[in-house]
Amino acid sequence: MIKMEPIIQINDVTKSFGEVEALRGVSLSVNRGEVVIIIGPSGSGKSTLLRCINRLEEYDEGSIVVDGIPLTSAENINTVRTEVGMVFQQFNLFPHLTVLENISLAQRIVRKRDKAEAERVSRQLLKKVDIPEKADAYPMQLSGGQQQRVAIARALAMNPKIMLFDEPTSALDPEMIQEVLDVMEKLADEGMTMVVVSHEMGFARAAADRAILMDGGLIIEEATPEKLFKHPKHERTKLFLSKVL
Amino acid sequence: MNNKNSTETAPSRLLGKIPGAEPSARIDPWWGLVFTVIALVLLLIFFKPDPYLRILLFVRDGIWVTIQTTVISFVLVMVVGLFGGLGRLSKNKIINGIATIYVEVVRGVPLLVQLLFWYFAFPSLIQGVGKTLHIAAFEHYIGNPIGMAILGLTFCYAAYMSEIYRAGIQSIPRGQMEAARSLGMTYTQAMRYVVIPQAVRVIMPPVGNEFISLLKDSSLVSVVAVADLTRRGREFMSANFIPVQTWMMIALLYLIMTLFSARIVSWIEKKTGYER
Repeated sequence: MIKMEPIIQINDVTKSFGEVEALRGVSLSVNRGEVVIIIGPSGSGKSTLLRCINRLEEYDEGSIVVDGIPLTSAENINTVRTEVGMVFQQFNLFPHLTVLENISLAQRIVRKRDKAEAERVSRQLLKKVDIPEKADAYPMQLSGGQQQRVAIARALAMNPKIMLFDEPTSALDPEMIQEVLDVMEKLADEGMTMVVVSHEMGFARAAADRAILMDGGLIIEEATPEKLFKHPKHERTKLFLSKVL
Repeated sequence: MNNKNSTETAPSRLLGKIPGAEPSARIDPWWGLVFTVIALVLLLIFFKPDPYLRILLFVRDGIWVTIQTTVISFVLVMVVGLFGGLGRLSKNKIINGIATIYVEVVRGVPLLVQLLFWYFAFPSLIQGVGKTLHIAAFEHYIGNPIGMAILGLTFCYAAYMSEIYRAGIQSIPRGQMEAARSLGMTYTQAMRYVVIPQAVRVIMPPVGNEFISLLKDSSLVSVVAVADLTRRGREFMSANFIPVQTWMMIALLYLIMTLFSARIVSWIEKKTGYER
Protein backbone atom coordinates (compact mmCIF):
# COMPACT_ATOMS: atom_id res chain seq x y z
CA MET A 1 0.00 0.00 0.00
CA ILE A 2 2.73 2.44 0.93
CA LYS A 3 5.14 3.38 -1.77
CA MET A 4 8.53 3.35 -0.10
CA GLU A 5 9.44 6.81 -1.18
CA PRO A 6 10.36 9.32 1.53
CA ILE A 7 8.47 12.61 1.29
CA ILE A 8 9.87 14.04 4.54
CA GLN A 9 13.52 13.50 5.40
CA ILE A 10 14.73 14.83 8.71
CA ASN A 11 18.46 14.44 9.38
CA ASP A 12 20.03 14.96 12.77
CA VAL A 13 18.04 18.12 13.57
CA THR A 14 18.79 20.08 16.73
CA LYS A 15 16.97 23.04 18.23
CA SER A 16 17.50 24.99 21.44
CA PHE A 17 15.38 27.65 23.07
CA GLY A 18 18.08 29.49 24.98
CA GLU A 19 19.32 26.98 27.54
CA VAL A 20 16.64 24.40 26.80
CA GLU A 21 17.51 21.79 24.20
CA ALA A 22 14.18 20.92 22.58
CA LEU A 23 15.62 18.65 19.89
CA ARG A 24 18.92 16.85 20.38
CA GLY A 25 19.57 15.28 17.00
CA VAL A 26 16.40 13.84 15.57
CA SER A 27 16.34 11.85 12.34
CA LEU A 28 13.11 10.66 10.82
CA SER A 29 11.95 9.74 7.38
CA VAL A 30 8.29 9.62 6.43
CA ASN A 31 7.13 7.86 3.28
CA ARG A 32 4.51 9.06 0.87
CA GLY A 33 1.07 8.03 2.11
CA GLU A 34 2.34 7.02 5.53
CA VAL A 35 0.61 8.02 8.77
CA VAL A 36 3.03 8.59 11.64
CA ILE A 37 1.89 9.32 15.16
CA ILE A 38 4.26 10.90 17.65
CA ILE A 39 3.66 10.46 21.37
CA GLY A 40 5.67 11.49 24.38
CA PRO A 41 5.54 13.50 27.61
CA SER A 42 5.13 17.26 27.42
CA GLY A 43 8.39 19.02 26.73
CA SER A 44 9.71 16.01 24.83
CA GLY A 45 10.13 18.07 21.64
CA LYS A 46 7.36 16.46 19.61
CA SER A 47 5.53 19.70 18.82
CA THR A 48 8.83 21.44 18.09
CA LEU A 49 9.74 18.71 15.62
CA LEU A 50 6.38 19.08 13.88
CA ARG A 51 6.74 22.86 13.73
CA CYS A 52 10.21 22.49 12.22
CA ILE A 53 8.77 20.55 9.29
CA ASN A 54 7.04 23.66 7.93
CA ARG A 55 9.57 25.99 9.49
CA LEU A 56 7.27 27.71 11.96
CA GLU A 57 10.26 26.97 14.16
CA GLU A 58 13.78 27.42 12.82
CA TYR A 59 16.08 24.53 13.63
CA ASP A 60 19.73 25.05 14.55
CA GLU A 61 21.55 22.18 12.85
CA GLY A 62 20.80 19.27 10.57
CA SER A 63 18.59 19.29 7.52
CA ILE A 64 14.94 18.82 6.59
CA VAL A 65 13.89 18.03 3.03
CA VAL A 66 10.19 18.04 2.18
CA ASP A 67 9.11 16.55 -1.14
CA GLY A 68 12.59 17.12 -2.53
CA ILE A 69 12.72 20.75 -1.41
CA PRO A 70 15.31 21.58 1.26
CA LEU A 71 14.08 24.04 3.89
CA THR A 72 16.66 26.73 3.40
CA SER A 73 15.81 29.89 1.49
CA ALA A 74 12.71 31.97 2.27
CA GLU A 75 11.34 31.12 -1.17
CA ASN A 76 11.62 27.38 -0.51
CA ILE A 77 9.93 27.79 2.85
CA ASN A 78 6.87 29.39 1.28
CA THR A 79 6.74 26.66 -1.37
CA VAL A 80 6.94 23.97 1.29
CA ARG A 81 4.27 25.67 3.37
CA THR A 82 1.81 25.51 0.50
CA GLU A 83 2.52 21.75 0.22
CA VAL A 84 2.21 21.10 3.94
CA GLY A 85 -1.06 21.66 5.78
CA MET A 86 -1.01 22.28 9.50
CA VAL A 87 -3.73 21.83 12.11
CA PHE A 88 -3.19 23.42 15.51
CA GLN A 89 -4.26 22.51 19.02
CA GLN A 90 -6.07 25.86 19.39
CA PHE A 91 -7.64 25.70 15.87
CA ASN A 92 -6.40 29.25 15.09
CA LEU A 93 -9.34 30.05 12.84
CA PHE A 94 -9.58 33.67 11.74
CA PRO A 95 -12.32 35.10 14.00
CA HIS A 96 -13.12 38.09 11.77
CA LEU A 97 -14.02 35.88 8.79
CA THR A 98 -16.88 33.46 8.20
CA VAL A 99 -16.21 29.74 7.88
CA LEU A 100 -16.39 30.01 4.09
CA GLU A 101 -14.01 32.98 4.06
CA ASN A 102 -11.63 31.17 6.41
CA ILE A 103 -11.32 28.32 3.94
CA SER A 104 -11.27 30.54 0.84
CA LEU A 105 -8.79 33.23 1.91
CA ALA A 106 -5.49 31.45 1.27
CA GLN A 107 -6.86 29.75 -1.87
CA ARG A 108 -7.46 33.18 -3.32
CA ILE A 109 -4.31 35.02 -2.31
CA VAL A 110 -1.82 32.14 -2.38
CA ARG A 111 -3.28 29.73 -4.95
CA LYS A 112 -4.76 32.65 -6.96
CA ARG A 113 -8.12 30.95 -7.45
CA ASP A 114 -11.03 33.22 -8.33
CA LYS A 115 -13.83 33.78 -5.83
CA ALA A 116 -16.30 31.33 -7.35
CA GLU A 117 -13.74 28.55 -7.67
CA ALA A 118 -12.44 29.08 -4.12
CA GLU A 119 -15.97 28.97 -2.71
CA ARG A 120 -16.82 25.86 -4.70
CA VAL A 121 -13.75 24.10 -3.25
CA SER A 122 -14.58 25.40 0.23
CA ARG A 123 -18.16 24.12 0.15
CA GLN A 124 -16.97 20.76 -1.12
CA LEU A 125 -14.52 20.50 1.79
CA LEU A 126 -17.17 21.55 4.29
CA LYS A 127 -19.23 18.63 3.03
CA LYS A 128 -16.23 16.39 3.48
CA VAL A 129 -15.78 17.44 7.12
CA ASP A 130 -19.52 17.08 7.59
CA ILE A 131 -20.62 20.67 8.39
CA PRO A 132 -21.86 22.11 5.07
CA GLU A 133 -24.55 24.09 6.89
CA LYS A 134 -22.01 26.21 8.80
CA ALA A 135 -20.54 28.00 5.76
CA ASP A 136 -21.77 31.44 6.80
CA ALA A 137 -21.23 31.11 10.54
CA TYR A 138 -18.39 32.83 12.36
CA PRO A 139 -15.85 30.63 14.18
CA MET A 140 -17.01 31.77 17.62
CA GLN A 141 -20.49 30.43 16.85
CA LEU A 142 -19.13 26.90 16.41
CA SER A 143 -18.27 24.21 18.93
CA GLY A 144 -14.62 23.25 19.38
CA GLY A 145 -15.06 20.08 17.33
CA GLN A 146 -16.69 22.01 14.50
CA GLN A 147 -13.95 24.64 14.61
CA GLN A 148 -11.26 22.00 14.37
CA ARG A 149 -12.99 20.40 11.39
CA VAL A 150 -13.11 23.81 9.68
CA ALA A 151 -9.39 24.17 10.41
CA ILE A 152 -8.78 20.81 8.71
CA ALA A 153 -10.86 21.90 5.71
CA ARG A 154 -8.92 25.17 5.57
CA ALA A 155 -5.62 23.29 5.41
CA LEU A 156 -6.96 20.81 2.82
CA ALA A 157 -8.10 23.65 0.57
CA MET A 158 -4.49 24.27 -0.38
CA ASN A 159 -4.25 20.69 -1.75
CA PRO A 160 -1.35 19.81 0.54
CA LYS A 161 0.70 16.67 0.01
CA ILE A 162 1.33 16.35 3.74
CA MET A 163 -0.83 17.17 6.75
CA LEU A 164 0.66 17.95 10.15
CA PHE A 165 -1.55 17.71 13.25
CA ASP A 166 -0.30 19.30 16.47
CA GLU A 167 -2.39 17.77 19.28
CA PRO A 168 -5.59 18.35 17.32
CA THR A 169 -7.93 17.00 19.98
CA SER A 170 -6.23 18.18 23.20
CA ALA A 171 -8.29 21.36 23.49
CA LEU A 172 -11.59 19.62 22.83
CA ASP A 173 -14.33 18.47 25.17
CA PRO A 174 -14.37 14.65 25.28
CA GLU A 175 -17.61 14.29 23.34
CA MET A 176 -16.18 16.22 20.40
CA ILE A 177 -12.95 14.30 19.99
CA GLN A 178 -14.40 11.48 17.90
CA GLU A 179 -15.89 13.72 15.20
CA VAL A 180 -12.43 15.17 14.57
CA LEU A 181 -10.73 11.78 14.65
CA ASP A 182 -13.30 10.46 12.17
CA VAL A 183 -12.29 13.15 9.69
CA MET A 184 -8.63 12.36 10.26
CA GLU A 185 -9.19 8.65 9.74
CA LYS A 186 -11.03 9.39 6.51
CA LEU A 187 -8.01 11.39 5.33
CA ALA A 188 -5.65 8.58 6.28
CA ASP A 189 -7.78 6.13 4.30
CA GLU A 190 -7.53 8.37 1.25
CA GLY A 191 -3.76 8.02 1.35
CA MET A 192 -2.81 11.41 2.78
CA THR A 193 0.67 11.56 4.31
CA MET A 194 0.14 12.56 7.91
CA VAL A 195 2.33 13.32 10.91
CA VAL A 196 0.23 13.52 14.04
CA VAL A 197 1.26 14.55 17.54
CA SER A 198 -1.45 13.05 19.70
CA HIS A 199 -2.13 10.67 22.55
CA GLU A 200 -5.25 9.24 20.96
CA MET A 201 -4.33 5.56 21.11
CA GLY A 202 -7.54 4.52 19.37
CA PHE A 203 -6.72 6.68 16.38
CA ALA A 204 -3.15 5.39 16.38
CA ARG A 205 -4.32 1.76 16.25
CA ALA A 206 -6.94 2.46 13.59
CA ALA A 207 -5.03 4.71 11.23
CA ALA A 208 -1.32 4.98 11.98
CA ASP A 209 1.33 2.94 10.18
CA ARG A 210 4.01 3.87 12.65
CA ALA A 211 4.17 5.19 16.18
CA ILE A 212 7.11 7.11 17.61
CA LEU A 213 7.90 7.85 21.22
CA MET A 214 9.90 10.99 21.90
CA ASP A 215 11.44 12.03 25.19
CA GLY A 216 14.03 14.66 26.08
CA GLY A 217 14.39 15.84 22.50
CA LEU A 218 15.18 12.37 21.13
CA ILE A 219 13.29 9.61 19.38
CA ILE A 220 13.34 6.77 21.90
CA GLU A 221 11.47 4.09 20.07
CA GLU A 222 9.55 3.56 16.87
CA ALA A 223 7.40 0.62 15.81
CA THR A 224 3.93 -0.19 14.57
CA PRO A 225 1.35 1.22 17.00
CA GLU A 226 0.33 -2.29 18.03
CA LYS A 227 3.91 -3.27 18.88
CA LEU A 228 4.80 0.00 20.57
CA PHE A 229 1.73 0.03 22.80
CA LYS A 230 1.63 -3.70 23.64
CA HIS A 231 5.28 -4.67 23.70
CA PRO A 232 7.42 -1.58 24.27
CA LYS A 233 11.13 -2.30 24.39
CA HIS A 234 12.45 0.70 26.24
CA GLU A 235 11.92 1.48 29.91
CA ARG A 236 10.98 5.06 29.15
CA THR A 237 8.31 3.94 26.70
CA LYS A 238 6.90 1.55 29.30
CA LEU A 239 6.93 4.29 31.93
CA PHE A 240 5.18 6.77 29.65
CA LEU A 241 2.57 4.29 28.46
CA SER A 242 1.82 3.23 32.03
CA LYS A 243 0.89 6.83 32.78
CA VAL A 244 -1.17 7.43 29.65
CA LEU A 245 -3.06 4.17 29.14
CA MET B 1 -20.82 33.08 23.00
CA ASN B 2 -23.49 31.17 21.20
CA ASN B 3 -26.17 32.02 23.73
CA LYS B 4 -25.09 35.63 24.04
CA ASN B 5 -27.61 36.86 21.50
CA SER B 6 -30.52 35.10 23.07
CA THR B 7 -29.65 36.29 26.59
CA GLU B 8 -29.32 39.81 25.29
CA THR B 9 -32.58 39.89 23.46
CA ALA B 10 -34.53 38.46 26.36
CA PRO B 11 -34.23 41.50 28.69
CA SER B 12 -34.93 43.95 25.89
CA ARG B 13 -38.08 42.05 25.06
CA LEU B 14 -39.11 42.38 28.67
CA LEU B 15 -38.34 46.08 28.61
CA GLY B 16 -40.50 46.39 25.53
CA LYS B 17 -43.54 45.64 27.64
CA ILE B 18 -42.91 48.60 29.89
CA PRO B 19 -44.43 51.64 28.17
CA GLY B 20 -41.81 54.07 26.94
CA ALA B 21 -38.88 51.92 27.95
CA GLU B 22 -38.09 50.63 24.47
CA PRO B 23 -37.46 53.91 22.56
CA SER B 24 -35.32 55.51 25.26
CA ALA B 25 -33.27 52.34 25.52
CA ARG B 26 -32.50 52.65 21.83
CA ILE B 27 -31.32 56.27 21.83
CA ASP B 28 -27.79 56.73 23.13
CA PRO B 29 -28.21 59.25 25.98
CA TRP B 30 -24.91 60.94 25.07
CA TRP B 31 -26.50 62.23 21.88
CA GLY B 32 -28.66 64.30 24.24
CA LEU B 33 -25.57 66.18 25.40
CA VAL B 34 -24.54 66.91 21.81
CA PHE B 35 -27.98 68.30 21.01
CA THR B 36 -28.09 70.30 24.24
CA VAL B 37 -24.84 72.07 23.38
CA ILE B 38 -26.00 72.70 19.82
CA ALA B 39 -29.30 74.07 21.14
CA LEU B 40 -27.43 76.34 23.56
CA VAL B 41 -25.36 77.80 20.72
CA LEU B 42 -28.48 78.29 18.59
CA LEU B 43 -30.26 80.03 21.48
CA LEU B 44 -27.34 82.39 22.00
CA ILE B 45 -27.22 83.19 18.29
CA PHE B 46 -30.96 83.67 18.03
CA PHE B 47 -31.57 85.79 21.15
CA LYS B 48 -28.26 87.60 21.28
CA PRO B 49 -27.09 87.91 17.66
CA ASP B 50 -24.86 90.71 18.85
CA PRO B 51 -22.19 89.58 19.65
CA TYR B 52 -22.72 85.81 19.23
CA LEU B 53 -23.81 85.72 15.58
CA ARG B 54 -21.06 88.22 14.78
CA ILE B 55 -18.50 85.96 16.43
CA LEU B 56 -19.79 82.91 14.58
CA LEU B 57 -19.72 84.63 11.19
CA PHE B 58 -16.24 85.96 11.90
CA VAL B 59 -14.74 82.60 12.88
CA ARG B 60 -16.65 80.28 10.53
CA ASP B 61 -13.76 80.01 8.03
CA GLY B 62 -11.62 79.10 11.05
CA ILE B 63 -13.96 76.21 11.85
CA TRP B 64 -13.43 74.91 8.35
CA VAL B 65 -9.63 75.26 8.65
CA THR B 66 -9.68 73.40 11.96
CA ILE B 67 -11.73 70.54 10.50
CA GLN B 68 -9.56 70.38 7.40
CA THR B 69 -6.29 70.40 9.33
CA THR B 70 -7.53 67.76 11.76
CA VAL B 71 -8.98 65.39 9.18
CA ILE B 72 -6.04 65.55 6.76
CA SER B 73 -3.54 65.14 9.59
CA PHE B 74 -5.51 62.23 11.01
CA VAL B 75 -5.62 60.32 7.72
CA LEU B 76 -1.84 60.79 7.40
CA VAL B 77 -1.36 59.79 11.05
CA MET B 78 -3.20 56.52 10.44
CA VAL B 79 -0.92 55.66 7.51
CA VAL B 80 2.41 56.82 8.97
CA GLY B 81 1.52 55.33 12.35
CA LEU B 82 0.95 51.91 10.77
CA PHE B 83 4.45 51.91 9.33
CA GLY B 84 5.83 53.19 12.64
CA GLY B 85 4.02 50.40 14.48
CA LEU B 86 5.25 47.72 12.07
CA GLY B 87 8.75 49.21 12.45
CA ARG B 88 8.51 48.89 16.23
CA LEU B 89 7.60 45.21 15.77
CA SER B 90 10.29 44.55 13.17
CA LYS B 91 13.01 42.04 13.98
CA ASN B 92 15.35 44.01 11.71
CA LYS B 93 17.53 45.92 14.19
CA ILE B 94 17.99 48.99 11.96
CA ILE B 95 14.28 49.43 11.17
CA ASN B 96 13.37 48.76 14.77
CA GLY B 97 16.03 51.21 15.97
CA ILE B 98 14.82 54.00 13.68
CA ALA B 99 11.20 53.47 14.71
CA THR B 100 12.08 53.38 18.40
CA ILE B 101 14.20 56.54 18.27
CA TYR B 102 11.44 58.33 16.34
CA VAL B 103 8.79 57.39 18.90
CA GLU B 104 10.94 58.22 21.92
CA VAL B 105 12.16 61.58 20.55
CA VAL B 106 8.74 62.76 19.44
CA ARG B 107 7.09 61.75 22.71
CA GLY B 108 9.73 63.66 24.66
CA VAL B 109 9.27 67.02 22.95
CA PRO B 110 6.18 69.23 23.49
CA LEU B 111 3.87 69.44 20.46
CA LEU B 112 4.00 73.25 20.54
CA VAL B 113 7.80 73.20 20.28
CA GLN B 114 7.58 70.70 17.41
CA LEU B 115 5.12 72.92 15.53
CA LEU B 116 7.40 75.93 16.02
CA PHE B 117 10.33 73.85 14.76
CA TRP B 118 8.54 72.77 11.57
CA TYR B 119 7.29 76.26 10.80
CA PHE B 120 10.33 78.38 11.67
CA ALA B 121 13.41 76.15 11.85
CA PHE B 122 12.71 73.60 9.11
CA PRO B 123 12.40 76.12 6.21
CA SER B 124 15.61 77.82 7.43
CA LEU B 125 17.39 74.49 7.34
CA ILE B 126 16.16 73.85 3.80
CA GLN B 127 17.30 77.32 2.75
CA GLY B 128 20.71 76.68 4.28
CA VAL B 129 21.02 73.43 2.34
CA GLY B 130 19.90 75.24 -0.83
CA LYS B 131 22.56 77.93 -0.40
CA THR B 132 25.32 75.43 0.26
CA LEU B 133 24.42 73.18 -2.66
CA HIS B 134 23.18 75.98 -4.94
CA ILE B 135 19.73 74.51 -5.49
CA ALA B 136 17.57 77.46 -6.46
CA ALA B 137 14.27 75.87 -5.45
CA PHE B 138 15.56 75.33 -1.89
CA GLU B 139 17.21 78.75 -1.51
CA HIS B 140 13.90 80.59 -1.44
CA TYR B 141 11.88 77.90 0.31
CA ILE B 142 9.15 79.24 2.56
CA GLY B 143 6.97 76.83 4.50
CA ASN B 144 3.27 76.95 3.71
CA PRO B 145 1.61 77.49 7.13
CA ILE B 146 -1.14 74.88 6.79
CA GLY B 147 1.24 72.43 5.13
CA MET B 148 3.81 72.80 7.91
CA ALA B 149 1.11 72.60 10.57
CA ILE B 150 -0.22 69.34 9.08
CA LEU B 151 3.34 68.01 8.83
CA GLY B 152 3.97 68.91 12.48
CA LEU B 153 0.74 67.40 13.77
CA THR B 154 1.23 64.25 11.70
CA PHE B 155 4.85 63.79 12.73
CA CYS B 156 3.90 64.04 16.40
CA TYR B 157 0.64 62.09 16.46
CA ALA B 158 1.98 59.30 14.22
CA ALA B 159 4.49 58.49 16.96
CA TYR B 160 1.70 57.96 19.48
CA MET B 161 -0.31 56.09 16.85
CA SER B 162 2.67 53.77 16.24
CA GLU B 163 2.45 52.64 19.84
CA ILE B 164 -1.31 52.07 19.54
CA TYR B 165 -0.82 49.98 16.39
CA ARG B 166 2.02 48.05 18.04
CA ALA B 167 -0.08 47.22 21.08
CA GLY B 168 -3.06 46.30 18.89
CA ILE B 169 -1.03 43.97 16.68
CA GLN B 170 0.67 42.39 19.70
CA SER B 171 -2.74 41.71 21.25
CA ILE B 172 -3.60 39.32 18.39
CA PRO B 173 -2.57 35.77 19.38
CA ARG B 174 0.58 34.45 17.67
CA GLY B 175 -1.39 31.49 16.40
CA GLN B 176 -3.17 33.76 13.92
CA MET B 177 0.10 34.68 12.21
CA GLU B 178 1.27 31.05 12.40
CA ALA B 179 -1.95 29.73 10.85
CA ALA B 180 -1.72 32.27 8.04
CA ARG B 181 1.96 31.54 7.39
CA SER B 182 1.37 27.78 7.48
CA LEU B 183 -1.15 28.27 4.66
CA GLY B 184 1.66 29.72 2.57
CA MET B 185 0.88 33.41 3.00
CA THR B 186 3.82 35.79 3.13
CA TYR B 187 4.36 37.97 6.21
CA THR B 188 2.83 40.93 4.39
CA GLN B 189 -0.24 38.95 3.26
CA ALA B 190 -0.75 37.55 6.75
CA MET B 191 -0.56 41.06 8.22
CA ARG B 192 -2.81 42.53 5.54
CA TYR B 193 -5.58 39.92 5.57
CA VAL B 194 -5.42 38.31 9.01
CA VAL B 195 -3.66 40.31 11.74
CA ILE B 196 -4.36 43.96 10.91
CA PRO B 197 -8.13 43.55 10.30
CA GLN B 198 -8.38 42.06 13.78
CA ALA B 199 -6.01 44.62 15.33
CA VAL B 200 -8.05 47.50 13.88
CA ARG B 201 -11.08 46.38 15.87
CA VAL B 202 -8.98 46.24 19.03
CA ILE B 203 -7.51 49.71 18.58
CA MET B 204 -10.74 51.51 17.64
CA PRO B 205 -11.29 53.04 21.12
CA PRO B 206 -7.77 54.51 21.56
CA VAL B 207 -7.75 55.65 17.92
CA GLY B 208 -11.01 57.50 18.51
CA ASN B 209 -9.47 59.19 21.54
CA GLU B 210 -6.48 60.20 19.45
CA PHE B 211 -8.77 61.81 16.90
CA ILE B 212 -10.43 63.91 19.59
CA SER B 213 -7.07 64.87 21.13
CA LEU B 214 -5.84 65.84 17.68
CA LEU B 215 -8.90 67.99 17.12
CA LYS B 216 -8.20 69.85 20.36
CA ASP B 217 -4.44 70.05 19.88
CA SER B 218 -4.97 71.47 16.41
CA SER B 219 -5.68 74.74 18.24
CA LEU B 220 -1.89 74.97 18.78
CA VAL B 221 -1.40 75.60 15.06
CA SER B 222 -2.82 79.06 15.68
CA VAL B 223 0.66 80.15 16.79
CA VAL B 224 2.23 79.22 13.44
CA ALA B 225 0.16 81.50 11.22
CA VAL B 226 -2.73 79.12 10.53
CA ALA B 227 -6.08 80.91 10.63
CA ASP B 228 -7.88 78.13 12.52
CA LEU B 229 -10.79 78.54 14.91
CA THR B 230 -8.57 79.57 17.84
CA ARG B 231 -6.63 82.13 15.83
CA ARG B 232 -9.80 83.60 14.37
CA GLY B 233 -11.13 83.87 17.92
CA ARG B 234 -8.04 85.77 18.96
CA GLU B 235 -8.39 88.09 15.99
CA PHE B 236 -12.01 88.81 16.87
CA MET B 237 -10.99 89.41 20.46
CA SER B 238 -8.29 91.94 19.60
CA ALA B 239 -10.73 93.93 17.49
CA ASN B 240 -13.71 93.82 19.86
CA PHE B 241 -12.39 93.30 23.41
CA ILE B 242 -15.20 91.05 24.62
CA PRO B 243 -13.20 88.14 26.02
CA VAL B 244 -15.98 86.35 27.90
CA GLN B 245 -18.38 86.10 24.97
CA THR B 246 -15.64 85.34 22.43
CA TRP B 247 -13.93 82.53 24.30
CA MET B 248 -17.20 81.04 25.51
CA MET B 249 -18.37 80.84 21.91
CA ILE B 250 -15.07 79.34 20.74
CA ALA B 251 -15.16 76.81 23.60
CA LEU B 252 -18.74 75.82 22.72
CA LEU B 253 -17.81 75.36 19.06
CA TYR B 254 -14.91 73.06 20.00
CA LEU B 255 -17.20 71.23 22.40
CA ILE B 256 -19.76 70.56 19.64
CA MET B 257 -17.02 69.16 17.42
CA THR B 258 -15.46 66.93 20.09
CA LEU B 259 -18.77 65.63 21.44
CA PHE B 260 -19.98 64.92 17.94
CA SER B 261 -16.72 63.10 17.09
CA ALA B 262 -16.97 61.02 20.25
CA ARG B 263 -20.47 59.89 19.24
CA ILE B 264 -19.29 59.01 15.72
CA VAL B 265 -16.36 57.05 17.17
CA SER B 266 -18.56 55.00 19.48
CA TRP B 267 -21.00 54.37 16.62
CA ILE B 268 -18.12 53.04 14.48
CA GLU B 269 -16.92 50.89 17.40
CA LYS B 270 -20.33 49.25 17.61
CA LYS B 271 -20.47 48.73 13.85
CA THR B 272 -17.04 47.12 13.60
CA GLY B 273 -17.33 44.88 16.67
CA TYR B 274 -17.67 41.16 16.08
CA GLU B 275 -21.21 39.96 15.66
CA ARG B 276 -20.68 36.90 17.77
